[in-house]
Amino acid sequence: MSDIRTLREIFARGRTVAVVGLSADWFRPSYFAAKYLKEHGFRVIPVNPRYPEILGERCYRSLRDIPDPIDIVDVFRKAADCVPIAEEAVEVGARVFWLQLGVTNPQAEAIAAGAGLTVVANRCIKIEYARLFGGLNWCGVNTGVISSHRPSMLPR
Amino acid sequence: MSDHEFGFDTLCLHAGQVPDAATGSRAAPIYQTTSFVFDSPDHAASLFNLQTFGNVYSRLSNPTVAVLEERLAAIERGRAAVAAATGIAAQAVALLNVLEQGDEIVAARTLYGGTLTQLDVTLRKMGIATHFIDSDNPENFARAITAKTKILYAETIANPSLNVLDLAAVAKIANDAGVALCVDNTFATPWGCRPFDYGAALVVHSATKFLGGHGTSMGGVVIESGKFPWDNGRYPAMTEPSAGYHGIRFYETFGDFGFTMKCRMECMRTLGPALAPFNAFLLLQGIETLPLRMERHCANALAVARHLEGHPRVRWVNYPGLPSSRYHDLALRYLPRGAGAVLTFGIEGGASAGAKFIESVEFLSHLANIGDAKTLVIHPASTTHRQLSDEQQRAAGVSADLVRISVGLESIEDILWDIDKALDKAAS
Repeated sequence: MSDIRTLREIFARGRTVAVVGLSADWFRPSYFAAKYLKEHGFRVIPVNPRYPEILGERCYRSLRDIPDPIDIVDVFRKAADCVPIAEEAVEVGARVFWLQLGVTNPQAEAIAAGAGLTVVANRCIKIEYARLFGGLNWCGVNTGVISSHRPSMLPR
Repeated sequence: MSDHEFGFDTLCLHAGQVPDAATGSRAAPIYQTTSFVFDSPDHAASLFNLQTFGNVYSRLSNPTVAVLEERLAAIERGRAAVAAATGIAAQAVALLNVLEQGDEIVAARTLYGGTLTQLDVTLRKMGIATHFIDSDNPENFARAITAKTKILYAETIANPSLNVLDLAAVAKIANDAGVALCVDNTFATPWGCRPFDYGAALVVHSATKFLGGHGTSMGGVVIESGKFPWDNGRYPAMTEPSAGYHGIRFYETFGDFGFTMKCRMECMRTLGPALAPFNAFLLLQGIETLPLRMERHCANALAVARHLEGHPRVRWVNYPGLPSSRYHDLALRYLPRGAGAVLTFGIEGGASAGAKFIESVEFLSHLANIGDAKTLVIHPASTTHRQLSDEQQRAAGVSADLVRISVGLESIEDILWDIDKALDKAAS
């Protein structure tokens, strides 16, 4: 589900994002996205057993280890790794299961959707946020946004 | 739930711009500025590293120019676009984005002269070889593809020979070979034909012509479909760390608009043909009425073509919208709403009559452009191609008797009146 109304609901309600597979290397797409989300007011919780801390946030080994409620599980892992992550996302009570650009896994998506999570696949959370609330339009991308109203959330 | 799909005419008016966040301005504001302030050193670093979206310097992006880019991407049904100062600059940055020394292009040999020279002379100097082929037979593209071929290049409607490209056949050849097809859609405009619908990977425009539509502003654009698999092994520049920008892998990082981001951050940044914001504003004004103008352009052109076809002072008429054209079937398939505004005809009396015709018109404008709201005429043999021998002119598809008309939006009776009067004078 990546229609404009669904995405607006995801961003309006979910402010805590667990980023699974977040890299600490500044030039990796996952780092780009997580830094962008932090700058736009989201709480980012890194999930990656290789690091103690990323972007100044404590890094967890798995979703199960995170003590706080999670709204969005954002997955930067290869498609084959996604099924157990979907199962964990259901277990910890996340509301959105989001697979990044280039990642689809019908089985993982079905597990999450079956448990009532909203599922987004093959999309970048940073790009979709900037598409709806400003930013992506500055680099010539066809956002699909047609409206006679001022943007409802101002980008930073 | 899926999003509502807006029609072409709505997109021409709305795509790319919502009312300004700060002021509520309904028209697209002209951001006449070179640079944009950073909130903090960290914000500046994020922008330079492409970790956040924003504007830094108008050579890379500008909010007024961005409205034009998004609108063109939308009306071509593409994913993203980057604008340049002219059409010829736009195609140069599109090509240089993926081509390097030793690479090859296969191109139609009927291309516009400026494009032909860009490929045959300028790019060849850089070690990029173009094979020119007869595009009327799509198989000629397939025969010329080698392991080094990165781009197939053609025009929807060729200038000035007006060949109509068999887009679906050429796109299939390109996609089967894993080579990106780049189409110059200037003559057809997205109102007439959308090359992405048939499988093209890239579309370029001289926005100077029908998109702007009023002969006021130069501009060009490159649009990517968002569907071409740049990671198919043929385009390491798209998938490997960029030497031109911080080691970023553009296709991995930006996916279906990676080509556009690379074009912006490498080619626009280092070659510099940025479009002026004021030109972008004027081009946007033009696009708002593109559907209405193209309808009238095509109707008037067809009326002129029909009028000339039976005319005693005219040897031949070339317009894909006429049943007598060898491209009529292709025009019916790819240009069902109209075969464009440009036609050529052969004047009885040859070169001297052609020159006399041009001198004798009352309000048709003698100049080297097309796509103005006003009707434009030119006699290539006595002007743009004058320095060539008869033989060279023939090779370029320009016969001594050829007159080109870009039919405008004036009252059709007046256009025919001026043409008839000038034909009479040319014969006397």
